[in-house]
Amino acid sequence: MDVQVIIDNLPLYLQGLRTTIVLVFASLVVGLLLAIPIALLASSKSKWISALPKAYIYFFRGTPLLVQMFMIYHGMGQFEAVRESFLWVIFQQAWTCALVAFALNTAAYTGEILRGTIEQTPYGEVEAAKSCGMSNAQIYRRIILPSTFRRALPAYGNEVIFMLHGSSLAGLITIVDLFGAAKIVNARNFVPFESFIAAGIFYLAITFMIVWGFKKAEHHWHAYLRPRES
Amino acid sequence: MSQVVAYFPLILKGMLLTVEVALASLLIAILLGLIGAVAKLSKSRIAKTIAGAYTTVIRGIPDLVLMTLIFFGGQILVNNIGEKLGWDYIDVDPFIAGVLTIGFIFGAYFAESFRGGILAVARGEIEAGYAFGMTPIQVFFRITMPAMVRHALPGIGNNWLVMVKTTALVSVIGLQDMVYNAGLAGGSTRKPFTFYCVVAFLFLVITGFSDVGMRWLDKKYSVGVRKA
Amino acid sequence: MDPVKITPYRNAKLIKQMRKLSVLSMAVLISVLLTAPAVAADWKQIKIATEGAYPPWNYFDKSGKLVGFEIELIKDLCGRMNAECEVVTQKWRGIIEGLNKGKYDAIIAAMSITEPRKEKVAFSRSYADTPNIFVVRKDNPLANFKSEVEHLTLDDLSPAEQDALDALLNAFRGKVIGVQVATIFQKFADAYLGEHSEIRIYDFQHTVDLELYQGRLDALVGGMAYWMPVLKSEQGKEYTIAGPRMTGGPFGSGIGVAVRKTDQALADKFSKAIDAALRDGTIKKLAIEWFTFDTSAPQ
Repeated sequence: MDVQVIIDNLPLYLQGLRTTIVLVFASLVVGLLLAIPIALLASSKSKWISALPKAYIYFFRGTPLLVQMFMIYHGMGQFEAVRESFLWVIFQQAWTCALVAFALNTAAYTGEILRGTIEQTPYGEVEAAKSCGMSNAQIYRRIILPSTFRRALPAYGNEVIFMLHGSSLAGLITIVDLFGAAKIVNARNFVPFESFIAAGIFYLAITFMIVWGFKKAEHHWHAYLRPRES
Repeated sequence: MSQVVAYFPLILKGMLLTVEVALASLLIAILLGLIGAVAKLSKSRIAKTIAGAYTTVIRGIPDLVLMTLIFFGGQILVNNIGEKLGWDYIDVDPFIAGVLTIGFIFGAYFAESFRGGILAVARGEIEAGYAFGMTPIQVFFRITMPAMVRHALPGIGNNWLVMVKTTALVSVIGLQDMVYNAGLAGGSTRKPFTFYCVVAFLFLVITGFSDVGMRWLDKKYSVGVRKA
Repeated sequence: MDPVKITPYRNAKLIKQMRKLSVLSMAVLISVLLTAPAVAADWKQIKIATEGAYPPWNYFDKSGKLVGFEIELIKDLCGRMNAECEVVTQKWRGIIEGLNKGKYDAIIAAMSITEPRKEKVAFSRSYADTPNIFVVRKDNPLANFKSEVEHLTLDDLSPAEQDALDALLNAFRGKVIGVQVATIFQKFADAYLGEHSEIRIYDFQHTVDLELYQGRLDALVGGMAYWMPVLKSEQGKEYTIAGPRMTGGPFGSGIGVAVRKTDQALADKFSKAIDAALRDGTIKKLAIEWFTFDTSAPQ
């Protein structure tokens, strides 16, 4: 093991760490914003309304993220119309392509999590709201959505970790994220063990922090489910 | 259009390899999963610790990092060992590296499914086995395993679907699966979007067939169980 | 539209060569120690290994016949050496080991003469030295870059060549340049362009090509033997060469015949024959026939 190589390249890894965190965070935010309307439409009782969001979820959950990312990064450039319009400003850059791919992907997974949880909302809660005279919009805003977010928390925690791991694919399209940094270090020094294990340790550390964060959040938001402390 | 058709045999050849990688990985994952589940349920603290560390590494490190590590690092490791033992130069095949990595990753997830399945087996059935004078190994293979499959099946099915998608990563280490071949065809024709779309569709075909297969398995292993 | 055939990538090969170098060295070292040298001979009979999978150097044509630039070269050199040559094919991985184990006496398989390899085998003088080039899109400003000199020998620069190199590096300042990982092209880019240009390293050559096509790269560095036929084909009509041809330095010192270290006499014999073939233009003729341009090593 040649630790010196890693120490020499620490700035590169830290740059990668920053990219990974920003990319994952941005994808999750955009993905969550997309996921809410997708989940609401997909849980609709009308087949006409739920068909499209369900197809979206089916496609993005049924195909590899790698293929989705390549479809956007390599694929968009196939079309002259894209290459010659303002869209190319977005798609020429690897960074935005990765962001778009990751956000669309996590939107599908998060949408499915939320859809499942919305549909499992105890009907009593909705009935109670109705008997208080709330409108449909009020019921969603005050009852269904808050309760959904709370119950979806553990599953969403898993999704965040999957997104973190999935983000390593960005290193395959010239982005210098953690994996991309490891690839560069390996390409220049031929140290596969050192370079990839170093990246692995960074990922492991972020994963632990996410797990810890969600535990804290669950502790807070699920307080009403805990047995009373004496 | 004719370009897509011209490359279709190449893509299908890749698809075959994708399925091969997935099936070979499944075999390894089931094996590791069973070992892992038994280790987790065993009373030995060492076995539990190892199984725990295994799960942590898999849960904490991206598959892509593990795969490149095993492929590039494994090459050096194997040959360093080989050097000491006086072997010839050994070529770490990307197929083997890919299958080992995916099997290794999903072994951890299968262990979790199997553990749940084993815990769900009625205690009385196992006790009955011992009462007949079976050894612990006989009990495991004759009673626990067959009874556990039904409980573990939903988890197994889910893991399989994720695993099929994960096989796309072997293209990164140069294995000519359908994703790699789509890149090749997309590069030559300058129509990458078309070919990645085709490949995405083929992934949906594989998962579609898997769904059918899983329903059949579920039926087979639920014989004698009444469902609501 | 017509289906486009996939051409085997010259550079895909190179990556394999480079990658295995480090690992090969260990294994080969042992086999060198373990195997007894072949019987000393007057070299009237020589067994030569080639790969048979690397057009246009050496490959099997559609009818299954071993052909290529090097196959013709072997015939010529053996004639000059008055030797009876037998050509066998051997997979690239392990080709050096096979030599050192005595399975054959020489390797003629587009093998670049590099320092790491010199630790394991002896080389004849070079018979070919394929230049390396920058390829750009015709609509890229770099397409208009004109170099004062036509050829740069990187480890042996005259003042005029040094000026041309400086002008070249200056023109590529701030540009995005793509190379395949673990190739001589990456080595060159890291050594010469790393400071002022953005270098993007890709896993596969076909990705580098696509990125150049879609305009994400300003230029790529590649081998001329691979790119010349492409540039002349339909596939290459958007591209052109920018700047001079480059050899030497990170690109290595040409392509030669490899023999066991104990057989220096055989290497010398090959060198003499190659010298003669370079002098009378045989190699130039063969090169133009197989590569469409002259790949002769400098005499």
